[in-house]
Amino acid sequence: MSETRDTWQKPPFIANPVIRWAVYLGAAVYFLWVGATMPIDWARVADGLGRAGRIFGGAFPPSFERSGLLIDGFLESLKIAILATTGGVLLSIPIAFMAARNVAPLPVYYIGRFVIIVARSFHPVIVAIIFVKAVGFGPFAGVLTLIVYSIGFVAKMLAERIEEIDFGQVEAMRAAGAPFLSTMFYAIFPQIMPRQIGLTIYQLDSNLRASAVVGIVGAGGIGATLANAFGRYDYDFALAITIVIVGVILISEGVSGMIRKRIG
Amino acid sequence: MLKITDLVKRYGGGDPVLKNLDLMIEGESVVSIIGSSGAGKSTLLRCINRLVEPTSGSIELNGTELTKLRGKSLRAARRKIGMVFQGFNLVDRLTVMENVQSGRLGYISTFAAITRRYPKEDVRRAFELMERVGIAQYADTRADQLSGGERQRVGVVRALMQDPEILLADEPTASLDPKTSEQIMGLLRDLAGELKLPVLINIHNVTEAKEYTDRIVGMRYGRIIFDDKPAALDREAMDRIYSGSPHADRSEDMREAS
Repeated sequence: MSETRDTWQKPPFIANPVIRWAVYLGAAVYFLWVGATMPIDWARVADGLGRAGRIFGGAFPPSFERSGLLIDGFLESLKIAILATTGGVLLSIPIAFMAARNVAPLPVYYIGRFVIIVARSFHPVIVAIIFVKAVGFGPFAGVLTLIVYSIGFVAKMLAERIEEIDFGQVEAMRAAGAPFLSTMFYAIFPQIMPRQIGLTIYQLDSNLRASAVVGIVGAGGIGATLANAFGRYDYDFALAITIVIVGVILISEGVSGMIRKRIG
Repeated sequence: MLKITDLVKRYGGGDPVLKNLDLMIEGESVVSIIGSSGAGKSTLLRCINRLVEPTSGSIELNGTELTKLRGKSLRAARRKIGMVFQGFNLVDRLTVMENVQSGRLGYISTFAAITRRYPKEDVRRAFELMERVGIAQYADTRADQLSGGERQRVGVVRALMQDPEILLADEPTASLDPKTSEQIMGLLRDLAGELKLPVLINIHNVTEAKEYTDRIVGMRYGRIIFDDKPAALDREAMDRIYSGSPHADRSEDMREAS
């Protein structure tokens, strides 16, 4: 019997030493190579700093002179967000049921997952560019964009919640001979309802934020107002808009957090 | 009358869980099924209302062959088979009345179900049954506010709302304390008598099985090896039902096969 060991080391992350050192070395070489080959023109960086200084100089003090425009832009953003959340959530519910493995037959499940993956693949800005091309500038493009964005998030989260339900309740309805829709409304909806409400409120908050971004590429709302202000070198107005955006998002986040805590 | 003939259930490619099983239940008797975990008690019960698909064999309830049914006719047959579950399987976030009425979902339209427009006679029946088992005061209470015994009473009433021709109970008392457990067993026995309803109960508690049921069926590894009056269940019969392990049973089978 040999002496009991008194030293121990955590096993290395990658067991094979050859592969381990090859990975470390490869990573180091790659970073050096990227650093050496990225075209960074320091002269232009210096120029840019001056330009940035001018922009910020022009932005102070922020100007709330055209607050009418600002309020209009915000009301439009709010409308976009509310419409998109309503439409997106309503569409998300059937898609989520399609994409939940425990309630949908396999082919339907694949269709549901595919819809969600497509909706999640593109950043809202890219979707917005496509919709602006398709239906023209303005809030309608924004609503369509955010509907797609909402489906990507709400349907995915809801499908996951459906997959976590207590299936015994569904079994009880089946054992009573309940048809599919009745089973859904009695055994599944009550279980996913709190999550559903939480997700809707979160998505409204998220859509309000995103509506400012997609506006920049022409999909209406406060983002369009902001893009216009920049385009006309009205940096002071742009700063005013930015401040209000931050304020509104803070408020909406606080309110939605409060509501979600209540129902959680 | 429930008549099970040559029932086989096999999951995947393995050994069958139920092996050429025959069982006949006549009249309004209360029958308990005992046996160690893994003997196939639950699978047998779930084959009857097709929550589990039997592999082969026949199950007949009052002249209707259940194993071939699909879609609408399967749902219509399930309405006539009430089931009480070990974990109650109530919808926690709905009221007791909604849970009780969910036993009628096979009878009423989806629209009536969603809008909670239950037929008058269903509501009256629900109150009668809830009064009978002592939960009428909870009609408007959410199901998750109730104690275990009360929850199982809701489960029993829900099953009875189906106006069933047979009642299946899958370990109805396994989640309850001993006293509540006896109350529920007594209730099942009494209701079976009052409603002239055959009841089939899976149960682990042999004492309760002896006290509350008219006939005991002992299962071991997918087969029925005992079927008699409770008085006939002696030490020797108990040993045959509960001794050994599923593993030993399996190797025995292999020897027979080779």
